[in-house]
Amino acid sequence: MSYIAKPKVTHPKLPRNKLGLTERDYEGSVSTLCAGCGHDSITAAIVQAVFELNIEPHMLAKISGIGCSSKTPTYFVSESHGFNSVHGRMPSVTTGANAANRDLMYIGVSGDGDSLSIGAGQFVHAIRRNLNMCYIIENNGVYGLTKGQFSASADIGSKPKKGLPNQQEPIDAVSTALSLGATYIARSFSGDKDQVVPLIKGAMLHKGFALVDIISPCVTFNDHEGSTKSYAHTRQFYHHVVDMDYIPPAKEIKAAYDEGSSMPIELHDGSKILLRKVDTEYDPTSRAKAFKYLRERFNAGEIVTGLLYIDEGRPEMHELMGNVDTPLSQLSLESLRPAKGELERILRGYR
Amino acid sequence: MSVINDVVIKIATVNGTGSASANGLLRKAIFRMGVPVVGKNFFPSNIQGLPTWYEIRVTGDGYQSRSNRTDLMVAMNAQTYEKDMAEVIPGGWFLYDSTWPRSKLLDRDDITVIGIPFSKLCNEHFDGVRTRILMKNIAYVGAIAALLDLDLDVITQLLEETFGDKKHLVASNMEAIRLGYDFASEHFKCPLPSKVKSMNGTKGQVVIDGNTAAALGCVYAGATVGAWYPITPSTSLMDSFRAFCSKYRVDPETDKRTYAIIQAEDELAAIGMVLGASWMGARSFTPTSGPGISLMTEFIGFAYYAEIPAVIFNVQRTGPSTGMPTRTQQADILSCAYASHGDTKHVLLFPADPGECFTTAVQSFDLAERLQTPVMVLSDLDIGMNDWMVPEFEWDDKYVPDRGKVLSAEELENMDKFYRYLDSDGDGITYRTLPGSHPKGSFFTRGSGHTKLGGYTENGDEYQEVVDRLLAKWETARTLVPKPDIQYSKLNKSALLTVGSGNGACLEALDRLASQNIGLNYCRAKAFPFSDEVKEFIDKHEVVYVVEQNRDAQLKTLLMLDIDTNPAKLVSLLHYNGMPLNAGFVVEKVLEEIAKGRAA
Repeated sequence: MSYIAKPKVTHPKLPRNKLGLTERDYEGSVSTLCAGCGHDSITAAIVQAVFELNIEPHMLAKISGIGCSSKTPTYFVSESHGFNSVHGRMPSVTTGANAANRDLMYIGVSGDGDSLSIGAGQFVHAIRRNLNMCYIIENNGVYGLTKGQFSASADIGSKPKKGLPNQQEPIDAVSTALSLGATYIARSFSGDKDQVVPLIKGAMLHKGFALVDIISPCVTFNDHEGSTKSYAHTRQFYHHVVDMDYIPPAKEIKAAYDEGSSMPIELHDGSKILLRKVDTEYDPTSRAKAFKYLRERFNAGEIVTGLLYIDEGRPEMHELMGNVDTPLSQLSLESLRPAKGELERILRGYR
Repeated sequence: MSVINDVVIKIATVNGTGSASANGLLRKAIFRMGVPVVGKNFFPSNIQGLPTWYEIRVTGDGYQSRSNRTDLMVAMNAQTYEKDMAEVIPGGWFLYDSTWPRSKLLDRDDITVIGIPFSKLCNEHFDGVRTRILMKNIAYVGAIAALLDLDLDVITQLLEETFGDKKHLVASNMEAIRLGYDFASEHFKCPLPSKVKSMNGTKGQVVIDGNTAAALGCVYAGATVGAWYPITPSTSLMDSFRAFCSKYRVDPETDKRTYAIIQAEDELAAIGMVLGASWMGARSFTPTSGPGISLMTEFIGFAYYAEIPAVIFNVQRTGPSTGMPTRTQQADILSCAYASHGDTKHVLLFPADPGECFTTAVQSFDLAERLQTPVMVLSDLDIGMNDWMVPEFEWDDKYVPDRGKVLSAEELENMDKFYRYLDSDGDGITYRTLPGSHPKGSFFTRGSGHTKLGGYTENGDEYQEVVDRLLAKWETARTLVPKPDIQYSKLNKSALLTVGSGNGACLEALDRLASQNIGLNYCRAKAFPFSDEVKEFIDKHEVVYVVEQNRDAQLKTLLMLDIDTNPAKLVSLLHYNGMPLNAGFVVEKVLEEIAKGRAA
């Protein structure tokens, strides 16, 4: 039950990060999701990523909508600020919060129903604003809490546990984000933590909208034969196209890399990500080429994963608005008023 | 017999022909002569081509509401000649463009028809289609100036203020004024028996609309995040906020802004943004109208339960559904009071005019933060978009904003543990923290069942403890909201009760009834929940006429739900055709009730 706190007993030799915290300090309450749920693996990946990035828990805001995925903010970083909002509306809450306080780091957790059906409008508009946040979709193709209806990400021909296969075109979060100009787009699989953790770290540090679409099988309603979001199907058809390593600020890229397959990208805080292209043909900085590639692989039934697109150069929401560096929520109200006597001057125009 | 400073001018034009600035010039000129004036706009939901009217009531007595009569019709739209002519009171005047004479317009023998060939005059004196159309508008102002004896020097001065250094524009506009003025003077007996005469009735007053005033209030309250989706008639509120912010909230050296205006994808997102920003501690608001409130209700319920401040301006228009978007009503009272599923109720504030929009805007942020709940300011199209004469706003530089119970980093440092929903003061209001302020301040905001410590629960007792505490907070709200305005005439057992924009018409009706020796007491409620004073007022009377602008007696219903009183004594006077309330309606309805045998 989510209201049962985990006992905080730590082994004295557990590794500590720069803040002196252990990974246990970044955990949350005990998950109430089904045993084997992909979402719990993602929760564990978030914990590891935030721990390794040395983020002060109280400087992290975690926001969600409604659904199985949206329950998970309770299960990580209990000392951060959580906001479990209403169905499909995580992006707007994050937009307002970020507008008011740009100093915090924002991680939004959503699902395929939350982001691609009821909240599709908010999802696409957050991208258009290039809202500075890490947006995770825990994508399982079904509605879990209401017992297994298809979501908008279900593939054509995917079979439900009961009833007829899906006939409608799926909404692909990755190509949708690409078409809308998202500046960091990744896809992964909850069963591949080695890939998920660096993708989340890069997404947290990327300046702008970072989408991490993670296929996260629903063990109860969508893990059977004939489902295209099952563990077995995903393992069989997913391909790493671009892997990435995260290199903290002030660390050098030590390993030798081949120019054709590797690409270092500097993030705005001075850290770097090193992209390792498994398919050397792929260009993760070209929207047009990425789109073509993704579509072709999708048609071939492949699930391509990795950091699929990145653009560190585009201004994020605050830069676009031209806001002061100080969070708006921290400005004194007195400083926001027109000068003394100015009201008299304003009113003169209404005489 | 001549009538001084009691005339209603109605100008009928075509939407999109630039008549608004001419009408504004006329209204301002009368105001500058020291004569109180009311300006009402009756416009279509259209960009160009449909009929539109502007009504100027010259009221030496300084009444605020519209008068339901037309003395001088300025008919500049042939599409509506017939209707416009029918509206003129017997003995009134009908001014039209006689470039194309209409014999049919002479049908009424109880009014005076004044034909001035505005188009012909302007075509002779000006070049260019657009200029001729604009100058025709200015020319009718000149004709009205002659007919009503307006001061041409005042008009010249206003044009100079408008055009500044562009002297050629002042000259061409004055030429157009002269065309109308001279033609009227030469061909008709000017001034008319009903005219305008300089007086000293506008000292310390301004003429302003409520949306501009509310926006200015938001600036003074220190609002930094405004999220919205454009909707008539609230749009000009955010437009004004943006205009004020671009002047007062941009650092002249760095060009950086201290405000964020976000045009949302819809109203669901707009309110979500407000809640996100308020959660972080910014003063945040959204302006909207009825359809927007319908879309926001899920989040409004969330904010009630999760206890997040939010300021929502509902500039009401005529419903239901799309209704009449450019007409006024007070028909969102119930949908706002109980917005959202489950047991919810929300603080409503009812400004009566633009002056109160300014003060109420500031107050709404204080109350939202003090009570940690949504506060809805229920304005309407009449207040929001029409020009009202109100006393100049005052600002006290000693004003200290009420940020409510927010724990500082120091206070958190000295605490053992922080619990978000623990009522330690017994007033139903708990302490909150602002994210990022201190490691001990973290809490989880949720719309799901929670305990007084902030944890998730599905336990009935724990759930009930929190919702019962919200009820205690509601009673605290009752003591904090603005008190009603109450007037006793000491004569009678009956009274009028209203909210918001009904105030002006009710006050005028009270005067008119008093002149017939019917002295009613008066209560204007300013907020929901209703203060104890409202209940005491109702208790003292045998009959309380509840005046409101909707079909279903929503204010009366709310009084019955919130106050333990005898509903039989509440008698509804309902006005809901979309036009602003006028005093004549109230007088007539009260007289009808008295004729039926009700106590006067």
